[in-house]
Amino acid sequence: MAYSEKVIDHYSNPRNVGTLDPSDPSVGTGLVGAPECGDVMRLQLRINEETGVIEDAKFKTFGCGSAIASSSLATEMIKGMSVDKAFEIKNTVIVKELNLPPVKIHCSVLAEDAIKAAIADYRTKQEALHKQTV
Amino acid sequence: MVKLPIYLDNNATTQMDPRVFEAMRPYFMESFGNAASRNHPFGWKAEEAVDWARETIARSIGADEKEIVFTSGATESDNLAIKGVAEMYASKGDHIITLTTEHKAVLDTCKALERKGLKVTYLPVVTEGFVDLDRLRDAITDKTVLVTMMHANNEIGVIQDLTSIGQICREKGVLFHTDSTQSVGKIPFDVQKLNVDLASISGHKIYGPKGVGALYVRKKSPRVKLTSQMDGGGHERGMRSGTLNVPGIVGLAKALEICVAEMDTETARVRAMRDGMWKSFNAQLDEIYINGPDPLVKPEWRLPGNLNVSFAFVEGEAMMMGIQDVAVSSGSACTSASLEPSYVLKALGVGEDLAHTSIRFGIGRFNTQEEIDYTVQHVVTAVLKLREMSPLYEMAKMGIDLKTVEWASH
Ligand SMILES: Cc1ncc(COP(=O)(O)O)c(C=O)c1O
Repeated sequence: MAYSEKVIDHYSNPRNVGTLDPSDPSVGTGLVGAPECGDVMRLQLRINEETGVIEDAKFKTFGCGSAIASSSLATEMIKGMSVDKAFEIKNTVIVKELNLPPVKIHCSVLAEDAIKAAIADYRTKQEALHKQTV
Repeated sequence: MVKLPIYLDNNATTQMDPRVFEAMRPYFMESFGNAASRNHPFGWKAEEAVDWARETIARSIGADEKEIVFTSGATESDNLAIKGVAEMYASKGDHIITLTTEHKAVLDTCKALERKGLKVTYLPVVTEGFVDLDRLRDAITDKTVLVTMMHANNEIGVIQDLTSIGQICREKGVLFHTDSTQSVGKIPFDVQKLNVDLASISGHKIYGPKGVGALYVRKKSPRVKLTSQMDGGGHERGMRSGTLNVPGIVGLAKALEICVAEMDTETARVRAMRDGMWKSFNAQLDEIYINGPDPLVKPEWRLPGNLNVSFAFVEGEAMMMGIQDVAVSSGSACTSASLEPSYVLKALGVGEDLAHTSIRFGIGRFNTQEEIDYTVQHVVTAVLKLREMSPLYEMAKMGIDLKTVEWASH
């Protein structure tokens, strides 16, 4: 099976590989997938607590080239986006952008799940924080 | 400079040896006769070639030429052996014993027989992929007609102790078939020493042509009879009808002849490259695991050119993408149609997480040390790069036990 040029590009030059401090209240971490299934994505966002804009995004992925490309693209897409908008991102956008074949659609689903999980984690943390301060 | 891409998938198929091709050439062109044409020189010439091939193959495996049946490959040989015995001996019993790590050509043939009402026992293997002989002995009943167990495994290269398995079958009066596709021509194979009654052989794994193979069928003590699975003109003493594939058969014999003549030097060369590769990986990478017997500990129980390694925390397909110029295969689900990781690794007790990270290297006759060096270097680079990107590697390095993490399986 041949890979699309965009998958190869993201695989060879992944954007935003790295780690943010998960204990930072402005950071949301999403860890999805399972080693037994052959893919695990960790997506982290740093969100400006005032504006709700995603200022930084990092990922690490265990998975095939398409899974790596999906997460790399996801970080690229959501940087500079508001959390609310990022929460609305659908996997189909990733499928289209990377030209993923049907057997690789689950990689894009995982990336969507990772974004949602990271935002959910951020929101839970923020809520806990606000509860404490009132 | 090495020539790219590099072929390191010799357990899947092999490049044909030019000497084999030269031996086959005349039988495509001027010597095109039908080996069954008894009344003219065209037929005689073809028949002569087939006779030579039959003798050559028989001699290479310690058999008699009347014990060789030509087929279209090991898949057909496996089918003919298993279904042929099951049907022929149906009045004697309805039970077959095989291994969970067999090739699909054996497993799916057994499944087909199960659908027809036969009983099949799929024996598990122990850690490195070996048959547990006591379990085999216990599994044989008075209804058992056949034990079918492969000689060398195509994924992990483990070599079974056929002599002992065959001995048990003899004692119990049960026929013994082996899928010896991966072993014949690579390691010593003698039907007498190994106590086998039927053995499957394929051309394309031994630097010969695709689409041709043979089945060894023992003629005496015991005499094995088969129900044919292909009816027609009664070729191959009625066991396999169809006009003989003369060029293919000549190619198969020539390929095997070369393999046997050069086995000692080739084994030494291929094994040295394989062992060197395994040592280099170990010297440069942590968290890597051999699947099957360790080549440095039990070299005699592993195919000389086979290496199957799990590079923990790096998914197999991503790894193959990182070493694009090197053709290998992986037990990762992503590379299979089924989306399940390798059933052979699973049977070994390798966790699915590690199965996803496995890569099989198949070193063969035409590989060079330069190619191995290139491969090692690129594999190491890819592993380091992908681990840098792997959340699992980071977590493991932080001391998190990945088994205790609650994963959101999907
Ligand atoms: C162990 C084993 N058995 C059977 C086969 C099938 O052989 P063939 O391609 O000749 O049908 C193969 C090769 O794929 C094999 O490795």
